[in-house]
This record gives sequence, C-alpha cells and structure tokens, in this order.
Amino acid sequence: MEPRALSVLTPIDPAAGGAPDWLVARRRAAADQAATAEPPSTDEEVWRYSRIGELDLDAFTPVDSDAAPDEAATVAGRTVLDRVRAAVGTVAGVVLVVDGRVATCELDPAVAAQGVVLGPLAAVDDDAVRLGLVAEPSDLFDLLSEAQTIEPVALVVPRGVAVEAPVVVVDHIAADGAAVFGRLLVVAGAASQVTIVEWQSSADVAALCTPVAEVAVGAGANVRHVVVQERGERVWQLGHLASRVERDGSYHSVQLALGGSYARSRADCRLAERGASARLDAASLGHRDQMLDFRTFQRHEAPDTTSNLLFTGALAGAARSVYTGLIRVEAAARGTNAFQTNRNLKLSDDAWAESVPNLEIENNDVRCSHASTVAPVDPDQRFYLESRGVPPAEAERLLAMGFFGEVLDAVPVPAVAALVREEIAARIVAAVRPDTAGGAS
Amino acid sequence: MADELRIEGLVARVGDREILHGIDLVVPAGEVHAVMGPNGSGKSTLSHVLAGRPGYTVTSGRVLLGDVDLLPLEPWQRAQVGLFLALQYPVEVPGVSLGDMLGAAFDAGGRDRSELASRIAGEAERIGLATALLDRPVNVDLSGGEKKRNETLQLGVLAPRFAVLDELDSGLDVDALRACARRVEAATTEDGLGVLAITHYRRLLTELKPDVVHVLARGRIVASGGPELADELEATGYASYLGDAAEPEPDPAAEAAIAPALDPFADPFADPLA
Repeated sequence: MEPRALSVLTPIDPAAGGAPDWLVARRRAAADQAATAEPPSTDEEVWRYSRIGELDLDAFTPVDSDAAPDEAATVAGRTVLDRVRAAVGTVAGVVLVVDGRVATCELDPAVAAQGVVLGPLAAVDDDAVRLGLVAEPSDLFDLLSEAQTIEPVALVVPRGVAVEAPVVVVDHIAADGAAVFGRLLVVAGAASQVTIVEWQSSADVAALCTPVAEVAVGAGANVRHVVVQERGERVWQLGHLASRVERDGSYHSVQLALGGSYARSRADCRLAERGASARLDAASLGHRDQMLDFRTFQRHEAPDTTSNLLFTGALAGAARSVYTGLIRVEAAARGTNAFQTNRNLKLSDDAWAESVPNLEIENNDVRCSHASTVAPVDPDQRFYLESRGVPPAEAERLLAMGFFGEVLDAVPVPAVAALVREEIAARIVAAVRPDTAGGAS
Repeated sequence: MADELRIEGLVARVGDREILHGIDLVVPAGEVHAVMGPNGSGKSTLSHVLAGRPGYTVTSGRVLLGDVDLLPLEPWQRAQVGLFLALQYPVEVPGVSLGDMLGAAFDAGGRDRSELASRIAGEAERIGLATALLDRPVNVDLSGGEKKRNETLQLGVLAPRFAVLDELDSGLDVDALRACARRVEAATTEDGLGVLAITHYRRLLTELKPDVVHVLARGRIVASGGPELADELEATGYASYLGDAAEPEPDPAAEAAIAPALDPFADPFADPLA
C-alpha cells in the first residue's frame, strides 16, 4: 500500500534526542508500519462504541522535534508539576514533559546512588531497557508513539532497590492543534519497589495525544502506578498502559480520568510468570459531552496468578462511557484468580454507558468472575439520607462521592487522591446542583 | 400550637390499591403510642407515608407535626421539622460515612456541626455500638442488631420531636432490642420525644412503655386502649379484629419496596422471645 499523506505521519529524525542504534531502528520500523497501517474503525471489537470514526487525523500537526518547547508552555507545565509536587510532598524524582519534550528531570541523589535511572530513554545504556519489552504496538497510535515520540522517558530501578518516595512524571500539552506522542518505560528489577505518579494535563487546546506506558515488573517486585488524566476538554487522547508481571511480582495501577473530549485508555496486563498478581483500578467522571473509553485485558499466562480489576465511572450531563474488558486465562494458567468489576453511575438521564465484560478461559482450575452495572443513584439509599434530613441534591452528592470512595481510598499516594477528589467533588456539585455551581469546571 | 403529631383521616394507596382507609391518631409530645397489627394491615405503609417515601399516594387527610402540615413537604423537610423514621430495614449506603450523612442533615437544618462528633460518640456509648463501626460506611456489613442500634443512635443525635419506629424490634437480638428500646424511652422523658412505635409484637413494649396501644387492621385503627391491650393481643392474637374474612390483606408494595424477595405474610425474622 502507498504511504498516506496524513499530516500526523511526519516521521521525526530517527536519531532525534541522541537515539542509540536500536532506537533508531525501532523508530524506522514503526514509522514504516504506521505509514501503511489503517486507522482503527468501530468495526473492530476493541474500537466498538468508540468515537474513533470522528477523529480527523489531518486536523493535527506533530510538534517540531528540533524546536525548543515554548517558554509559556513550560511555565504552565511547571505550575502543574509544582501543584502535584506540593501535594505529594517528598518525591524521589520528577520529570516534566511539555509538548513531548523533557523540560525538567530531577532525581534525588541518594536514589540515584542506588543505581536508579530517570530520564530520556536515549541516554540509558542498558540492553534490558528497550521499547517493546512489555508490549508490541497494538494499533496505529502505538506505532505513532513508538515512531514519533521525541524523547521517550525511562525509569529503571535495579534489582533489590526500594524507592520509598513516589516518582512524579507530568506530561503537559500546550500547543494548539498539535499531535503529541508520549512514551514512558518503567523497568523494575527483581525484588525492587517503586511508586510512579503520572499526571497528564493540558491547556485548553485542541490536541491529539497518544501516551503509552510500558511497565515491566520483575520477579518479586512491587510497582504501584497512579495515572491522573486531566486533559482539557478539546483533547483527543488515545492512551495505552501495558504491564507485564514476572514471578511473584505485584503491580497496582489506578487510573483517574476526568479530561478529554474523547479519552481512551487501553490497559493490557500480562501475568506472565507463576505467582504474579495485579490490581487494576480506575475511577472516571465524564460530564458535558465527553466520552471516556476504557478497554482492559487481563492476560493470565502462568499458574497461580491473580488479577483483580475494579473500574468505576460516573457520568453527568450528556457524557458517554465505554468499558469493555477481557479476562483471558491461557491453558497453562491453572490456579488463576481473576476478577473484573465495572460499575457505572448515571447522574443524568442523558448520560450513556456501555459495559461489556468478557471471559476466555482455557483451564478449568480457575476462579474467575465478572460483573457490571449501569444505574442511577439508588433510590432507597437516597430516601434513607433524605429521611435523616439531607436535601436531595446533597444526598445525591454524598452518594456520588461515595461511589468513588472505594477506588480513591485505594490510591497508593493519598495526596494524589485528595487532589482528584476535589475536582470530582466540584464536578458532582455542578452535576447535581446545576443552578448553584459556581466556577466548577 | 399543640405539641403533637396529629394524623387526620389519612387515606393512602400504593398504585391503584388503597391500603390506608382513613387513619386518625394523635400522639402528644412525650407519649409513646404503639400501633400493632398483623402483617398486611398497613403498618409499613403508614410509616412510609408519614416519612414521605416515594411510591405512596395520599388521597385525603392531613398529618400535622405541631402546626406544620407534613404532607406537602419533601422527606428531608419533614425530618428538619422534627420527624424521624427508624426504618425496618436500614439501608446500606456504601461510601458515605455516618458523620457525613448526619453532618449534611445538620447543615441543612442550620445546626452547629462542631458538636456532631461528640454527639455521635456519646450516643454510640449510650446505645452500645462499637466506635470502630462508626468509621464504616453507613450500615455496611453491620448485623441486624447493629443496624437497629445505628438507627437509634441517629435518633439520639438528630433529636427529633417525633419518631416513627417501623418494627424497630425486628431482626435484632434481645440485648440490642433492650438497648434501643431503653434509649427511645429515655428520649421521651428527657426530651419529650413523641413516639409512634409500629410493631407486630409486644416485646418492644416491655422496655418502651406505651401510653396508648392502637390496633391497625385492614388499613384502619380498629381499637385503642391502654398498655393492657398489648397484653391481650399477645394472648389472643389479631383474629378477632380481622372480621369474617380470615385472610389479612397483604401490604405487598410496602414490603416489596425494601425487601422484594420476602413473603409479605411471613415475618422475615423469627421472634426470639416468642
């Protein structure tokens, strides 16, 4: 097939950012594939119900890989970073990426002295730290991320090292009309421990972004990963969160999604070796005409592995959400425990949620379950609160906040949960008391 | 104004079906009135209509709390005027703490929230509810007895003027029953609380002393008397109040609103004292 002339397909210099040979080669290969790959369509199950058909790829232009980031944009990104940092308190390291370029990268010297690496992937001289370590590209957007991310970021924690304070990565977009590709690679060595906070923000711009995170959890390692998505409401985000857990390792991810016009997150978690476990949580709140789209894959490839997924979403206004999830238990994965729960709370009659859980099991010695609900606030619960003297709007607010409690209470960095809780609270007030909501976005 | 809960000619239906055919009752402040009746007599409907639960239609009558007509008010407004409903089946409310719920009620009533925590702690002590349970979401994973203690605790904190107790004595153990009944009894003497205690059995009334006992059958008050009437009912049952038709009318909608799977004819909780 002839390469297409889409403006987003503007391969960067494969050697950009001082890329080593292996990265140059991968970029070239990904760029070649992207040039002929078909954009996804809703004919594919994994894109069904989505708004992908509305995406005009020609409306976005990749940022210039040679130009320095805009100064005002960097200042705005720093403001976001400062806010997150102030809330989190002690951090082990921070990275600020503005419009696809690394603007700040700091690592606590004491942590660096233990061999931890945080910074541009191109500078990491380690054969074990490679793109594709966790997942090969699954669609056009993964390919674009691989081919056109100017400065992929890597976090490497050596065997046996426990990083106590969180590592914060802020990814801020400020360029209007831009296509911004992002990439984070986390490699946690055997018996290591680390907590990552990814914070995805933007100015009020129309932009397209494809953040991809690969998280490799080594044997016996413990990785906790919080992703906050608060992009502006004209942003199209197509994200991918891929993890792979080795023997007796554990991975806990919490996605908290509020932003975007259409914001999609695909989460692939592979329980690759015996005893691996994962907990996958998400809470989202859509309002106005946002669409939040979650696709999850729990892949049990080895015996005695565990995965527990809880995705909760509330919808106000005319917001829409999609959840489709697959638990796949391979023939070798006897003794699997795999659970999947998707709950949706409708705060308005115009809101719409689709929820499709799925199981594919090739071994009989397993415990699996899935459950999904789409419902408004429970009328018995509301009456109960009202019978104590709580006005209806306040009852609805309390119940909607309570809906988020289970996921927010489990966020490994409580200060991050508190920041998100404020935003959720403001939106819920606006949803349940549309006349009195002042200044809620 | 008279400090009383006055029900006049109350007719109510669920869907197309009339359940209450004209109830007249006056509960003065500080008094305990028991409403006893067989299953299906309309007891739950009466409590829900008083509290304003959706799904019930009042076709005629008035309910006055003092000089305020409750029926035009929303449920939360009735509570703010001073009415409290202790539910037969307290609802589990995941994600909402007792403090947040009662705090919202205090805010709506313009009451000082600063005393709330100490009031909750004091009432928990009084009713014998472990403080660890107070940190859980409201009623979540509580036993039947703990839920009824929690209802009574809320009554103590909110300090209403009148309380409707819908089968406070169902689904709890003897100790919890005694603790709840004693707390309500104390509120009648300490705070002048008026109580409408809706119950199937007499056992609630050994600790919570009724001034008046009413018999509710087929949607009407068919007899009223002193505490001795409860003793008589315990001995003879309700058969003589049901007239010629042997079967009581069920109160299906009222029961189904909360516990859809339950047989409306069966008491879901065996009477531990029977």
